[in-house]
Amino acid sequence: MFRIPIPEFFIHMQDITRSALDFEYKYGFSMPSRYTFRAKKGLSEETVRNISQIKKEPNWMTKFRLKSYDIFKQKQMPDWGADLTRIDFDNLYYYIKPTEKQVNSWRKLPKEIKETYDRIGVPEAEKKFLAGVSAQYESEVVYESFNKELKKLGVIFCDMDTGLRLYPEIVKKYFGKLIPPHDNKFAALNSAVWSGGSFVYVPKGVKVGLPLQAYFRINAERFGQFERTLIIVEEGSFVHYVEGCTAPIYTTDSLHAAVVEIFVHKNARVRYTTVQNWSNNVYNLVTKRARTDESAVMEWVDCNLGSRATMKYPSVYLYGKGSRGEVLSIAYAGKGQHQDAGAKMLHFAPNTSSRIISKSISKAGGRTSYRGLVQVMPGAKKSSVFVSCDALILDEESRSDTYPYMKIKENDISVQHEATVEKLGEEKLFYLTSKGISKSDAEGLLVNGFIEPVTKEIPLEYSIELNRLINLEMSGSVG
Amino acid sequence: MLSVKNLTVKVGSKTILKDFNFKFKKGKVYALMGPNGSGKSTLAFVLAGHPTYKIDGGSLKFEARDIGGLSPDKRAKLGIFLSFQSPLALSGVNVFQLLRLALTKQKDPLALKKRIDKTAKKLGIKEELLNRSLNEGSSGGEKKKLEMLQAAILNPKLLIFDEIDTGVDIDALKKISQFLDETKSGKTYLIITHYNRILHYIKPDKVLVIMDGRLVKSGGAKLAEEIEKYGYEKINPKT
Repeated sequence: MFRIPIPEFFIHMQDITRSALDFEYKYGFSMPSRYTFRAKKGLSEETVRNISQIKKEPNWMTKFRLKSYDIFKQKQMPDWGADLTRIDFDNLYYYIKPTEKQVNSWRKLPKEIKETYDRIGVPEAEKKFLAGVSAQYESEVVYESFNKELKKLGVIFCDMDTGLRLYPEIVKKYFGKLIPPHDNKFAALNSAVWSGGSFVYVPKGVKVGLPLQAYFRINAERFGQFERTLIIVEEGSFVHYVEGCTAPIYTTDSLHAAVVEIFVHKNARVRYTTVQNWSNNVYNLVTKRARTDESAVMEWVDCNLGSRATMKYPSVYLYGKGSRGEVLSIAYAGKGQHQDAGAKMLHFAPNTSSRIISKSISKAGGRTSYRGLVQVMPGAKKSSVFVSCDALILDEESRSDTYPYMKIKENDISVQHEATVEKLGEEKLFYLTSKGISKSDAEGLLVNGFIEPVTKEIPLEYSIELNRLINLEMSGSVG
Repeated sequence: MLSVKNLTVKVGSKTILKDFNFKFKKGKVYALMGPNGSGKSTLAFVLAGHPTYKIDGGSLKFEARDIGGLSPDKRAKLGIFLSFQSPLALSGVNVFQLLRLALTKQKDPLALKKRIDKTAKKLGIKEELLNRSLNEGSSGGEKKKLEMLQAAILNPKLLIFDEIDTGVDIDALKKISQFLDETKSGKTYLIITHYNRILHYIKPDKVLVIMDGRLVKSGGAKLAEEIEKYGYEKINPKT
């Protein structure tokens, strides 16, 4: 696994600086909304057909979309997680095509789009340490770059629409097979109106050394972004995929409902890292699932900082014997936010192991919920399960709940479960402030310390970013 | 440099410190002694600004400035340092991170790192302790040495050592006292202790005895020896 050889103490060096403490959601800016096509507001069969037509899709995909739309209409809204009653499906735009065509040079992008990514820092990151970058703006991937050497080795990294066009056999084989439309209402919605997202294919025996990054940006108001990602990693291969997301602050609501399916074949390993930082008017309702074959490894690193409400439970279906699944999760809920996040691990085969580590922080009336499911099927002998969820509550108004479900149908396994809830202690704050650290810096330090077991797993650049974001959030609600 | 005038301190509705009066002078070593529960730690906490300890009367002046209403970090910035009796374990936070945030003036992290390493060596702190979560799984002696390390780097004017000698073995105590003695020039020390033990290594200019929240006696280094010999009960405020 790639790591930049820098002494450990440097990791937190740039992150916690007082200068960064004047709070502002840095990505809340918006650009004038220009587009080459926008589907009319609201959702109908016509909109679904329209999207498929514009993309000149094969017939089977159009049918898949229409069927999914029917399922969406029939499915109930989930009533067990975050409050979704404010979502107004008729008042959203479901498809916006921002540019005529995709480019592979930042300079070729329209000025306001280029500026957006400059401000977010994507081109800079690309230069430093990424093997490939994909930038989605509204409904389409507008920019893409990919390492030529990897291309020669047969690695595919492109947007999902291009994937469908150029590699229809692979797509048809895997698309919607792990997360079928009837899985849940938002999976059905995504299946009906999906656009953009990534298609990643790593052939046998190829280890992609540097991460591939996808960047998702919503700019328009009342918009729904429905990217669809499919990752297939063949025997003995490795890839690390990273995604980030931001949006402008509007008084109206937007919706982000993605579907991510990952197939990890024998002895392969996939790591999928998310740093979700939507503005607080975005509903983030995402279905993510991976399937592991024999001795394969799937690792989700899931960081949820933004959005009004998130419901997301990255899952690993441990199909092959000896395979391993891991979810490292961080959730931060500030004022008006509810992070309902967690993980699902399903053990189908013997000698499989799963590990869930969840750290949540709530502050200023925010609410975090850990929701997890571990299911061990009969015959999954000698499997092991480890679940640890820690919640940190920073003040009296904030709230944290834990919903750990375990369905164990096999006796010959080992299960470990730990859960803690702690309040940020006055004593610890006093200890730090008495050494000359301001209260908000001290809170930031303690919170960063609390999530350290997860941040240390994230590539350096992202852990710095994450620590910085958390510091921003911390200081923001103090003043 | 520090003037405590008619200080009365409450925790909740309970009065712990009663009408405490004393003037601390720059560059002197003070020992504050007293039995358990007499209010020694309360004085330490109230000087550092612990929010639970409320000033109910009197005043605190540090270098002629009233500090009674200042937050702990502001007091630290003025040069007051409290070495904790039981330093708290901080998960995921190491001493470097703490000092980097506490030291606004030190801009260069590498130089700071060097200073920390050098001082740690002097104090006999193992290198791995510097990168580990602060005070987590450390022995009593290690914790106190880490407090000393912070004191040395932050370079305060007034250092309050709350029971620096409890939970510390004799070798660590020697090391700590030696270090304190070497670095005392120009600084004011307030050493809070039950026993005379540490005072064998670092000689106080003045010994204060506190009982039941009141300052009952003060005197020279000899007073500590008397306490060691006869115990607190024999201390008669009237003599």
